[in-house]
Amino acid sequence: MIDIIIDITLLTFLAITSVAILRMSNLFAIVMLFGVFSLLSAGLFVVMDAPDVAFTEAAVGAGISTVLMLATLALVKRQQKPHYTEETPQTHRPWLPLLVVIVTGSALVYGTWDIPAFGDPDAPAQTHVARYYIDNALQETGVPNIVTAILASYRGFDTLGEVAVIFTAAVAVLLLIGGRRPKSPATSKDKESKIKPNLILRVVAKFLIPLIILFALYVQFHGDFGPGGGFQAGVIFSAAFILYSLVFGLDSAEKIIPANWLRILAALGLLIYAGVGIASLLLGENYLDYTPLGSNQIAGQHLGILLVELGVGITVAAAMLILFFAFAGRGRD
Amino acid sequence: MFVAAFLAILLSMGLALARALSGPTTYDRIAAVNMFGTKTVLLIGVLAFFSGRTDLLDIALVYALINFIGVIAALKLVTQGNFHASHDDRSEAKQGDAE
Amino acid sequence: MIIDIASWILLLAGGGLGIVGGIGIHRFPDFYSRLHATGITDTLCAMLILLGLGLQAGWSIAAFKLALIFMFLFFTTPTASHALANAAAHSGLKPKLSSNDSDKQAPHD
Repeated sequence: MIDIIIDITLLTFLAITSVAILRMSNLFAIVMLFGVFSLLSAGLFVVMDAPDVAFTEAAVGAGISTVLMLATLALVKRQQKPHYTEETPQTHRPWLPLLVVIVTGSALVYGTWDIPAFGDPDAPAQTHVARYYIDNALQETGVPNIVTAILASYRGFDTLGEVAVIFTAAVAVLLLIGGRRPKSPATSKDKESKIKPNLILRVVAKFLIPLIILFALYVQFHGDFGPGGGFQAGVIFSAAFILYSLVFGLDSAEKIIPANWLRILAALGLLIYAGVGIASLLLGENYLDYTPLGSNQIAGQHLGILLVELGVGITVAAAMLILFFAFAGRGRD
Repeated sequence: MFVAAFLAILLSMGLALARALSGPTTYDRIAAVNMFGTKTVLLIGVLAFFSGRTDLLDIALVYALINFIGVIAALKLVTQGNFHASHDDRSEAKQGDAE
Repeated sequence: MIIDIASWILLLAGGGLGIVGGIGIHRFPDFYSRLHATGITDTLCAMLILLGLGLQAGWSIAAFKLALIFMFLFFTTPTASHALANAAAHSGLKPKLSSNDSDKQAPHD
Protein backbone atom coordinates (compact mmCIF):
# COMPACT_ATOMS: atom_id res chain seq x y z
CA MET A 1 0.00 0.00 0.00
CA ILE A 2 2.69 2.45 0.97
CA ASP A 3 4.66 1.90 -2.19
CA ILE A 4 1.63 2.82 -4.25
CA ILE A 5 1.43 6.06 -2.31
CA ILE A 6 5.12 6.71 -2.85
CA ASP A 7 4.80 5.97 -6.57
CA ILE A 8 1.83 8.27 -7.01
CA THR A 9 3.40 11.07 -5.00
CA LEU A 10 6.71 10.94 -6.84
CA LEU A 11 4.97 10.82 -10.21
CA THR A 12 2.78 13.77 -9.23
CA PHE A 13 5.85 15.77 -8.27
CA LEU A 14 7.41 14.79 -11.60
CA ALA A 15 4.36 16.05 -13.48
CA ILE A 16 4.28 19.30 -11.51
CA THR A 17 7.98 19.87 -12.15
CA SER A 18 7.63 19.23 -15.87
CA VAL A 19 4.73 21.65 -16.19
CA ALA A 20 6.66 24.24 -14.23
CA ILE A 21 9.70 23.79 -16.49
CA LEU A 22 7.54 24.40 -19.51
CA ARG A 23 5.82 27.46 -18.13
CA MET A 24 8.67 29.32 -16.54
CA SER A 25 10.82 31.76 -18.37
CA ASN A 26 13.67 32.22 -15.93
CA LEU A 27 16.36 29.91 -17.27
CA PHE A 28 18.20 29.58 -13.98
CA ALA A 29 15.09 28.31 -12.22
CA ILE A 30 14.56 25.89 -15.09
CA VAL A 31 18.04 24.44 -14.65
CA MET A 32 17.43 23.96 -10.93
CA LEU A 33 14.14 22.26 -11.71
CA PHE A 34 15.93 19.92 -14.10
CA GLY A 35 18.06 18.86 -11.17
CA VAL A 36 14.89 18.21 -9.17
CA PHE A 37 13.51 16.22 -12.10
CA SER A 38 16.57 13.99 -12.15
CA LEU A 39 16.29 13.44 -8.42
CA LEU A 40 12.70 12.38 -8.72
CA SER A 41 13.56 10.01 -11.56
CA ALA A 42 16.29 8.45 -9.44
CA GLY A 43 13.80 8.00 -6.59
CA LEU A 44 11.34 6.34 -8.96
CA PHE A 45 14.02 3.98 -10.23
CA VAL A 46 14.83 2.99 -6.66
CA VAL A 47 11.16 2.30 -5.97
CA MET A 48 11.03 0.14 -9.11
CA ASP A 49 13.96 -1.87 -7.72
CA ALA A 50 16.56 -0.89 -10.33
CA PRO A 51 19.53 0.34 -8.29
CA ASP A 52 22.16 0.47 -11.04
CA VAL A 53 20.00 2.75 -13.16
CA ALA A 54 19.14 4.88 -10.14
CA PHE A 55 22.82 5.20 -9.36
CA THR A 56 23.70 6.39 -12.82
CA GLU A 57 20.71 8.74 -12.96
CA ALA A 58 21.57 10.30 -9.62
CA ALA A 59 25.21 10.80 -10.49
CA VAL A 60 24.85 11.92 -14.08
CA GLY A 61 21.46 13.61 -14.20
CA ALA A 62 21.51 15.51 -10.97
CA GLY A 63 25.22 16.17 -10.86
CA ILE A 64 27.05 16.45 -14.14
CA SER A 65 24.09 17.51 -16.27
CA THR A 66 23.14 20.29 -13.90
CA VAL A 67 26.72 21.55 -13.70
CA LEU A 68 27.10 21.53 -17.49
CA MET A 69 23.81 23.35 -17.98
CA LEU A 70 24.87 25.94 -15.43
CA ALA A 71 28.15 26.38 -17.30
CA THR A 72 26.13 26.98 -20.45
CA LEU A 73 23.96 29.51 -18.64
CA ALA A 74 27.07 31.55 -18.04
CA LEU A 75 27.11 32.33 -21.74
CA VAL A 76 23.47 33.14 -22.42
CA LYS A 77 20.95 35.54 -21.00
CA ARG A 78 19.08 34.54 -17.89
CA GLN A 79 15.61 35.27 -19.08
CA GLN A 80 14.05 33.55 -22.01
CA LYS A 81 12.30 35.90 -24.39
CA PRO A 82 8.57 35.27 -24.59
CA HIS A 83 7.57 33.79 -27.89
CA TYR A 84 4.75 36.14 -28.64
CA THR A 85 4.98 39.87 -27.87
CA GLU A 86 3.05 42.80 -29.19
CA GLU A 87 5.31 43.24 -32.20
CA THR A 88 5.25 39.56 -33.17
CA PRO A 89 1.80 38.30 -32.30
CA GLN A 90 0.78 34.72 -32.66
CA THR A 91 -0.17 34.38 -36.29
CA HIS A 92 -1.33 30.80 -36.53
CA ARG A 93 -3.92 28.93 -34.59
CA PRO A 94 -2.66 25.65 -33.12
CA TRP A 95 -5.81 23.59 -33.66
CA LEU A 96 -4.50 21.32 -36.40
CA PRO A 97 -1.29 20.34 -34.54
CA LEU A 98 -3.38 19.74 -31.41
CA LEU A 99 -5.66 17.41 -33.36
CA VAL A 100 -2.70 15.48 -34.77
CA VAL A 101 -1.17 15.14 -31.31
CA ILE A 102 -4.43 13.92 -29.77
CA VAL A 103 -5.01 11.34 -32.50
CA THR A 104 -1.43 10.03 -32.32
CA GLY A 105 -1.51 9.92 -28.53
CA SER A 106 -4.77 8.02 -28.45
CA ALA A 107 -3.48 5.52 -30.99
CA LEU A 108 -0.41 4.93 -28.80
CA VAL A 109 -2.48 4.54 -25.65
CA TYR A 110 -4.73 2.09 -27.49
CA GLY A 111 -1.62 0.18 -28.48
CA THR A 112 -0.53 -0.12 -24.86
CA TRP A 113 -3.65 -2.08 -23.95
CA ASP A 114 -2.05 -5.12 -25.54
CA ILE A 115 1.16 -4.87 -23.55
CA PRO A 116 1.47 -7.46 -20.75
CA ALA A 117 0.98 -6.21 -17.21
CA PHE A 118 3.86 -4.63 -15.31
CA GLY A 119 6.03 -7.39 -13.87
CA ASP A 120 4.05 -10.18 -15.52
CA PRO A 121 6.18 -13.32 -15.30
CA ASP A 122 4.84 -14.69 -18.60
CA ALA A 123 5.73 -11.63 -20.62
CA PRO A 124 8.02 -12.33 -23.56
CA ALA A 125 10.74 -10.08 -22.14
CA GLN A 126 10.96 -12.24 -19.03
CA THR A 127 10.80 -15.69 -20.54
CA HIS A 128 13.42 -15.86 -23.24
CA VAL A 129 16.88 -14.66 -22.33
CA ALA A 130 16.19 -13.22 -18.88
CA ARG A 131 15.45 -16.66 -17.44
CA TYR A 132 18.74 -18.00 -18.81
CA TYR A 133 20.73 -15.12 -17.34
CA ILE A 134 19.14 -15.39 -13.92
CA ASP A 135 19.76 -19.13 -13.78
CA ASN A 136 23.24 -19.26 -15.21
CA ALA A 137 25.00 -15.94 -14.67
CA LEU A 138 26.56 -16.86 -11.36
CA GLN A 139 27.89 -20.21 -12.51
CA GLU A 140 29.23 -19.04 -15.82
CA THR A 141 30.80 -15.75 -14.83
CA GLY A 142 31.34 -15.98 -11.08
CA VAL A 143 29.96 -12.48 -10.55
CA PRO A 144 26.98 -12.15 -8.18
CA ASN A 145 25.61 -8.94 -9.66
CA ILE A 146 23.69 -10.09 -12.72
CA VAL A 147 23.54 -6.60 -14.20
CA THR A 148 27.32 -6.33 -14.26
CA ALA A 149 27.59 -9.84 -15.68
CA ILE A 150 25.23 -8.99 -18.53
CA LEU A 151 26.80 -5.60 -19.16
CA ALA A 152 30.41 -6.68 -19.18
CA SER A 153 30.31 -10.26 -20.29
CA TYR A 154 27.18 -11.44 -22.06
CA ARG A 155 26.55 -8.15 -23.88
CA GLY A 156 30.10 -6.92 -24.01
CA PHE A 157 29.82 -5.61 -27.56
CA ASP A 158 27.03 -3.23 -26.57
CA THR A 159 29.12 -1.82 -23.76
CA LEU A 160 32.06 -1.42 -26.10
CA GLY A 161 29.79 0.60 -28.36
CA GLU A 162 28.61 2.72 -25.43
CA VAL A 163 32.15 3.54 -24.40
CA ALA A 164 32.94 4.45 -27.99
CA VAL A 165 29.92 6.77 -28.00
CA ILE A 166 31.07 8.53 -24.84
CA PHE A 167 34.54 8.91 -26.28
CA THR A 168 33.12 10.28 -29.52
CA ALA A 169 31.02 12.78 -27.58
CA ALA A 170 34.11 14.04 -25.80
CA VAL A 171 35.99 14.32 -29.09
CA ALA A 172 33.07 16.18 -30.68
CA VAL A 173 32.91 18.67 -27.82
CA LEU A 174 36.64 19.20 -28.07
CA LEU A 175 36.38 19.88 -31.77
CA LEU A 176 33.51 22.30 -31.38
CA ILE A 177 34.32 24.28 -28.29
CA GLY A 178 37.51 22.89 -26.85
CA GLY A 179 40.84 23.96 -28.11
CA ARG A 180 43.64 25.75 -26.41
CA ARG A 181 43.29 29.22 -25.12
CA PRO A 182 46.13 31.60 -24.31
CA LYS A 183 46.49 32.00 -20.60
CA SER A 184 45.85 35.50 -19.33
CA PRO A 185 48.99 36.27 -17.37
CA ALA A 186 48.10 39.67 -15.99
CA THR A 187 44.93 38.85 -14.14
CA SER A 188 46.45 36.75 -11.39
CA LYS A 189 48.64 39.58 -10.17
CA ASP A 190 45.88 42.17 -9.98
CA LYS A 191 43.51 40.09 -8.04
CA GLU A 192 45.82 39.04 -5.27
CA SER A 193 45.12 42.06 -3.15
CA LYS A 194 41.38 41.67 -3.37
CA ILE A 195 41.04 38.00 -2.52
CA LYS A 196 39.32 37.20 0.73
CA PRO A 197 39.58 33.46 0.96
CA ASN A 198 36.37 31.66 1.71
CA LEU A 199 37.98 29.46 4.30
CA ILE A 200 35.04 27.32 5.24
CA LEU A 201 34.37 26.17 1.72
CA ARG A 202 38.04 25.51 1.06
CA VAL A 203 38.53 23.43 4.18
CA VAL A 204 35.39 21.40 3.68
CA ALA A 205 36.23 20.81 0.02
CA LYS A 206 39.75 19.69 0.88
CA PHE A 207 38.29 17.30 3.38
CA LEU A 208 35.69 15.88 1.06
CA ILE A 209 37.61 15.45 -2.18
CA PRO A 210 39.82 12.50 -1.13
CA LEU A 211 36.79 10.79 0.33
CA ILE A 212 34.86 11.20 -2.91
CA ILE A 213 37.74 9.72 -4.90
CA LEU A 214 37.94 6.82 -2.46
CA PHE A 215 34.22 6.27 -2.82
CA ALA A 216 34.57 6.26 -6.59
CA LEU A 217 37.18 3.52 -6.35
CA TYR A 218 34.90 1.58 -4.00
CA VAL A 219 32.02 1.82 -6.47
CA GLN A 220 34.26 0.74 -9.33
CA PHE A 221 35.45 -2.44 -7.71
CA HIS A 222 32.29 -3.21 -5.77
CA GLY A 223 30.30 -3.31 -8.99
CA ASP A 224 30.65 -7.07 -9.08
CA PHE A 225 28.71 -7.50 -5.86
CA GLY A 226 26.31 -4.60 -5.56
CA PRO A 227 25.07 -1.68 -7.59
CA GLY A 228 27.96 0.08 -9.20
CA GLY A 229 30.40 -0.46 -11.98
CA GLY A 230 32.51 1.52 -14.36
CA PHE A 231 30.05 4.18 -15.50
CA GLN A 232 28.98 5.31 -12.08
CA ALA A 233 32.52 5.21 -10.73
CA GLY A 234 33.82 7.35 -13.60
CA VAL A 235 31.15 9.97 -13.02
CA ILE A 236 31.78 10.15 -9.28
CA PHE A 237 35.53 10.38 -9.87
CA SER A 238 35.06 13.32 -12.21
CA ALA A 239 32.67 14.93 -9.71
CA ALA A 240 35.54 15.13 -7.22
CA PHE A 241 37.68 17.07 -9.66
CA ILE A 242 34.77 19.28 -10.62
CA LEU A 243 34.35 20.18 -6.95
CA TYR A 244 38.01 21.07 -6.77
CA SER A 245 37.69 23.21 -9.85
CA LEU A 246 34.60 24.99 -8.53
CA VAL A 247 36.18 25.91 -5.22
CA PHE A 248 39.77 26.61 -6.21
CA GLY A 249 39.40 27.90 -9.75
CA LEU A 250 39.71 26.51 -13.23
CA ASP A 251 43.40 27.37 -13.54
CA SER A 252 44.36 25.42 -10.44
CA ALA A 253 42.33 22.48 -11.67
CA GLU A 254 44.03 22.57 -15.03
CA LYS A 255 47.39 22.50 -13.30
CA ILE A 256 46.63 19.29 -11.51
CA ILE A 257 45.12 17.62 -14.56
CA PRO A 258 46.70 18.92 -17.73
CA ALA A 259 44.43 18.80 -20.73
CA ASN A 260 46.76 16.45 -22.60
CA TRP A 261 46.48 13.83 -19.95
CA LEU A 262 42.71 13.90 -20.15
CA ARG A 263 42.78 13.27 -23.86
CA ILE A 264 45.22 10.44 -23.48
CA LEU A 265 43.20 8.90 -20.66
CA ALA A 266 39.97 9.05 -22.62
CA ALA A 267 41.55 7.15 -25.46
CA LEU A 268 43.33 4.79 -23.08
CA GLY A 269 40.12 3.49 -21.54
CA LEU A 270 38.64 2.64 -24.90
CA LEU A 271 41.90 1.02 -25.96
CA ILE A 272 41.94 -1.13 -22.83
CA TYR A 273 38.46 -2.36 -23.60
CA ALA A 274 39.15 -3.09 -27.24
CA GLY A 275 42.54 -4.50 -26.30
CA VAL A 276 40.98 -7.13 -24.08
CA GLY A 277 39.06 -8.31 -27.11
CA ILE A 278 42.19 -8.40 -29.25
CA ALA A 279 44.00 -10.34 -26.52
CA SER A 280 41.22 -12.90 -26.61
CA LEU A 281 41.61 -13.14 -30.37
CA LEU A 282 45.35 -13.62 -30.11
CA LEU A 283 44.88 -16.34 -27.50
CA GLY A 284 42.71 -18.33 -29.83
CA GLU A 285 39.09 -17.59 -28.93
CA ASN A 286 36.47 -15.18 -30.23
CA TYR A 287 36.68 -11.41 -29.82
CA LEU A 288 35.80 -10.43 -26.23
CA ASP A 289 35.51 -14.02 -25.08
CA TYR A 290 37.15 -13.89 -21.67
CA THR A 291 37.77 -17.60 -21.26
CA PRO A 292 41.41 -17.73 -22.42
CA LEU A 293 42.48 -14.91 -20.11
CA GLY A 294 42.70 -17.09 -17.01
CA SER A 295 43.40 -20.64 -16.08
CA ASN A 296 39.75 -21.65 -16.10
CA GLN A 297 36.59 -20.00 -17.25
CA ILE A 298 35.69 -18.29 -13.95
CA ALA A 299 39.15 -16.79 -13.49
CA GLY A 300 39.14 -15.61 -17.08
CA GLN A 301 35.74 -14.01 -16.65
CA HIS A 302 36.84 -12.25 -13.46
CA LEU A 303 39.93 -10.82 -15.07
CA GLY A 304 38.08 -9.86 -18.22
CA ILE A 305 35.27 -8.10 -16.40
CA LEU A 306 37.76 -6.29 -14.16
CA LEU A 307 39.77 -4.95 -17.09
CA VAL A 308 36.72 -4.02 -19.07
CA GLU A 309 35.11 -2.11 -16.23
CA LEU A 310 38.41 -0.35 -15.61
CA GLY A 311 38.45 0.78 -19.23
CA VAL A 312 34.89 2.05 -18.95
CA GLY A 313 35.64 3.92 -15.75
CA ILE A 314 38.75 5.62 -17.12
CA THR A 315 37.06 6.75 -20.31
CA VAL A 316 33.93 8.03 -18.58
CA ALA A 317 35.91 9.99 -15.99
CA ALA A 318 38.16 11.57 -18.61
CA ALA A 319 35.23 12.34 -20.92
CA MET A 320 33.21 14.05 -18.19
CA LEU A 321 36.19 16.18 -17.22
CA ILE A 322 36.85 17.10 -20.86
CA LEU A 323 33.24 18.18 -21.19
CA PHE A 324 33.34 20.21 -18.00
CA PHE A 325 36.59 21.98 -18.81
CA ALA A 326 35.42 22.75 -22.33
CA PHE A 327 32.10 24.19 -21.17
CA ALA A 328 33.46 26.05 -18.18
CA GLY A 329 36.43 27.52 -19.96
CA ARG A 330 34.27 29.01 -22.65
CA GLY A 331 33.99 32.74 -22.67
CA ARG A 332 37.29 33.27 -20.98
CA ASP A 333 39.53 35.51 -23.02
CA MET B 1 7.10 2.82 11.43
CA PHE B 2 8.59 3.27 8.04
CA VAL B 3 5.21 4.34 6.72
CA ALA B 4 5.14 7.34 9.01
CA ALA B 5 8.68 8.30 8.03
CA PHE B 6 7.78 7.97 4.34
CA LEU B 7 4.76 10.21 4.65
CA ALA B 8 6.66 12.83 6.60
CA ILE B 9 9.53 12.89 4.12
CA LEU B 10 7.19 13.07 1.13
CA LEU B 11 5.29 15.93 2.72
CA SER B 12 8.40 17.98 3.34
CA MET B 13 9.59 17.23 -0.20
CA GLY B 14 6.33 18.66 -1.46
CA LEU B 15 6.73 21.80 0.62
CA ALA B 16 10.31 22.29 -0.56
CA LEU B 17 9.16 21.83 -4.16
CA ALA B 18 6.51 24.48 -3.65
CA ARG B 19 9.16 26.90 -2.51
CA ALA B 20 11.43 25.98 -5.42
CA LEU B 21 8.63 26.73 -7.85
CA SER B 22 7.53 29.98 -6.30
CA GLY B 23 10.55 31.50 -4.50
CA PRO B 24 10.95 35.10 -5.52
CA THR B 25 14.73 35.27 -5.45
CA THR B 26 17.24 32.87 -6.95
CA TYR B 27 18.70 32.03 -3.57
CA ASP B 28 15.32 30.79 -2.38
CA ARG B 29 15.29 28.30 -5.17
CA ILE B 30 18.79 27.07 -4.49
CA ALA B 31 18.02 26.61 -0.78
CA ALA B 32 14.82 24.76 -1.65
CA VAL B 33 16.59 22.44 -4.08
CA ASN B 34 19.25 21.75 -1.46
CA MET B 35 16.55 20.78 1.03
CA PHE B 36 14.81 18.67 -1.62
CA GLY B 37 18.06 16.83 -2.24
CA THR B 38 18.62 16.06 1.44
CA LYS B 39 15.09 14.75 1.77
CA THR B 40 15.63 12.55 -1.28
CA VAL B 41 18.70 11.09 0.40
CA LEU B 42 16.59 10.27 3.44
CA LEU B 43 13.80 8.85 1.28
CA ILE B 44 16.20 6.48 -0.47
CA GLY B 45 17.68 5.49 2.89
CA VAL B 46 14.29 4.61 4.36
CA LEU B 47 13.37 2.79 1.12
CA ALA B 48 16.55 0.74 1.42
CA PHE B 49 15.53 -0.46 4.86
CA PHE B 50 11.87 -0.87 3.98
CA SER B 51 12.56 -3.15 1.03
CA GLY B 52 15.35 -5.00 2.79
CA ARG B 53 18.02 -4.24 0.21
CA THR B 54 20.61 -2.36 2.16
CA ASP B 55 22.97 -1.97 -0.77
CA LEU B 56 20.73 0.85 -1.97
CA LEU B 57 22.47 2.99 0.64
CA ASP B 58 25.26 3.58 -1.87
CA ILE B 59 22.83 5.60 -3.97
CA ALA B 60 21.93 7.75 -0.97
CA LEU B 61 25.62 8.36 -0.32
CA VAL B 62 26.25 9.40 -3.92
CA TYR B 63 23.30 11.65 -3.85
CA ALA B 64 24.47 13.43 -0.70
CA LEU B 65 27.75 14.28 -2.44
CA ILE B 66 26.24 15.30 -5.76
CA ASN B 67 23.72 17.56 -4.04
CA PHE B 68 26.50 19.55 -2.44
CA ILE B 69 28.38 19.89 -5.71
CA GLY B 70 25.25 21.08 -7.49
CA VAL B 71 24.55 23.76 -4.88
CA ILE B 72 28.13 25.04 -5.00
CA ALA B 73 28.01 25.17 -8.80
CA ALA B 74 24.72 27.08 -8.74
CA LEU B 75 26.10 29.56 -6.22
CA LYS B 76 29.25 30.09 -8.23
CA LEU B 77 27.19 30.87 -11.28
CA VAL B 78 24.98 33.32 -9.45
CA THR B 79 27.76 35.20 -7.72
CA GLN B 80 30.41 35.24 -10.40
CA GLY B 81 28.65 34.59 -13.64
CA ASN B 82 31.16 32.02 -14.81
CA PHE B 83 33.21 29.13 -13.59
CA HIS B 84 36.65 30.47 -14.28
CA ALA B 85 38.07 32.09 -11.24
CA SER B 86 38.35 30.68 -7.78
CA HIS B 87 35.39 30.93 -5.45
CA ASP B 88 37.06 33.59 -3.35
CA ASP B 89 37.23 36.22 -5.95
CA ARG B 90 34.66 38.82 -5.09
CA SER B 91 35.86 41.52 -7.41
CA GLU B 92 33.65 40.21 -10.17
CA ALA B 93 30.61 39.77 -7.96
CA LYS B 94 27.44 40.72 -9.72
CA GLN B 95 24.73 42.67 -8.02
CA GLY B 96 21.92 40.53 -6.72
CA ASP B 97 19.92 38.38 -8.99
CA ALA B 98 16.47 38.79 -7.48
CA GLU B 99 14.09 38.64 -10.35
CA MET C 1 11.66 -4.54 21.49
CA ILE C 2 13.37 -1.57 23.07
CA ILE C 3 15.24 -1.03 19.83
CA ASP C 4 11.98 -0.95 17.90
CA ILE C 5 10.44 1.61 20.25
CA ALA C 6 13.56 3.74 20.11
CA SER C 7 13.53 3.53 16.32
CA TRP C 8 9.87 4.56 16.24
CA ILE C 9 10.53 7.59 18.40
CA LEU C 10 13.58 8.67 16.42
CA LEU C 11 11.92 8.22 13.04
CA LEU C 12 8.81 10.09 14.13
CA ALA C 13 10.85 12.90 15.64
CA GLY C 14 12.96 13.18 12.51
CA GLY C 15 9.93 13.15 10.28
CA GLY C 16 8.17 15.76 12.38
CA LEU C 17 11.20 17.97 12.27
CA GLY C 18 11.33 17.59 8.50
CA ILE C 19 7.73 18.73 8.24
CA VAL C 20 8.48 21.68 10.51
CA GLY C 21 11.36 22.64 8.24
CA GLY C 22 9.12 22.34 5.21
CA ILE C 23 6.46 24.55 6.75
CA GLY C 24 9.20 26.99 7.68
CA ILE C 25 10.61 27.27 4.22
CA HIS C 26 7.13 27.82 2.93
CA ARG C 27 5.87 30.43 5.36
CA PHE C 28 8.76 32.57 6.45
CA PRO C 29 8.76 36.07 4.98
CA ASP C 30 12.24 36.46 3.59
CA PHE C 31 15.23 34.52 2.36
CA TYR C 32 17.42 34.59 5.44
CA SER C 33 14.75 33.25 7.76
CA ARG C 34 13.95 30.53 5.24
CA LEU C 35 17.62 29.66 5.19
CA HIS C 36 17.47 29.23 8.96
CA ALA C 37 14.54 26.87 8.57
CA THR C 38 16.17 24.65 6.02
CA GLY C 39 19.75 24.71 7.26
CA ILE C 40 19.03 23.81 10.84
CA THR C 41 16.17 21.37 10.50
CA ASP C 42 17.73 19.50 7.57
CA THR C 43 20.79 18.42 9.51
CA LEU C 44 18.95 17.44 12.66
CA CYS C 45 16.17 15.66 10.78
CA ALA C 46 18.78 13.71 8.86
CA MET C 47 20.59 12.76 12.04
CA LEU C 48 17.44 11.52 13.79
CA ILE C 49 16.18 9.52 10.85
CA LEU C 50 19.58 7.98 10.13
CA LEU C 51 20.01 7.12 13.81
CA GLY C 52 16.59 5.50 13.84
CA LEU C 53 17.52 3.43 10.79
CA GLY C 54 20.90 2.61 12.28
CA LEU C 55 19.27 1.07 15.31
CA GLN C 56 17.38 -1.22 13.00
CA ALA C 57 20.53 -2.27 11.22
CA GLY C 58 22.59 -3.43 14.16
CA TRP C 59 26.36 -3.71 13.77
CA SER C 60 26.77 -4.26 10.07
CA ILE C 61 28.11 -2.69 6.96
CA ALA C 62 24.76 -0.94 6.52
CA ALA C 63 25.26 0.87 9.81
CA PHE C 64 28.70 1.97 8.65
CA LYS C 65 27.24 3.33 5.43
CA LEU C 66 24.57 5.17 7.39
CA ALA C 67 27.27 6.70 9.56
CA LEU C 68 29.09 7.79 6.40
CA ILE C 69 25.95 9.38 4.96
CA PHE C 70 25.38 11.18 8.21
CA MET C 71 28.95 12.44 8.29
CA PHE C 72 28.70 13.80 4.75
CA LEU C 73 25.39 15.50 5.43
CA PHE C 74 26.72 16.86 8.71
CA PHE C 75 29.59 18.56 6.93
CA THR C 76 27.95 19.66 3.72
CA THR C 77 24.54 21.01 4.74
CA PRO C 78 25.83 23.73 7.09
CA THR C 79 28.56 24.58 4.58
CA ALA C 80 26.00 24.98 1.82
CA SER C 81 23.88 27.22 4.06
CA HIS C 82 26.92 29.30 4.90
CA ALA C 83 27.88 29.61 1.25
CA LEU C 84 24.31 30.60 0.35
CA ALA C 85 24.09 33.25 3.05
CA ASN C 86 27.52 34.56 2.11
CA ALA C 87 26.60 34.81 -1.54
CA ALA C 88 23.29 36.50 -0.82
CA ALA C 89 24.86 39.01 1.57
CA HIS C 90 27.64 39.88 -0.85
CA SER C 91 25.31 40.52 -3.71
CA GLY C 92 23.22 42.93 -1.74
CA LEU C 93 20.14 41.06 -0.61
CA LYS C 94 19.10 42.73 2.61
CA PRO C 95 17.16 40.98 5.34
CA LYS C 96 13.63 42.09 6.06
CA LEU C 97 13.92 43.62 9.50
CA SER C 98 10.40 44.76 10.27
CA SER C 99 7.05 44.11 8.76
CA ASN C 100 6.84 47.51 7.08
CA ASP C 101 10.02 46.99 5.07
CA SER C 102 10.08 45.65 1.62
CA ASP C 103 12.89 43.25 0.93
CA LYS C 104 15.68 45.61 0.05
CA GLN C 105 15.23 48.73 2.08
CA ALA C 106 17.54 49.75 4.89
CA PRO C 107 15.98 49.80 8.35
CA HIS C 108 14.72 53.14 9.52
CA ASP C 109 14.95 53.80 13.22
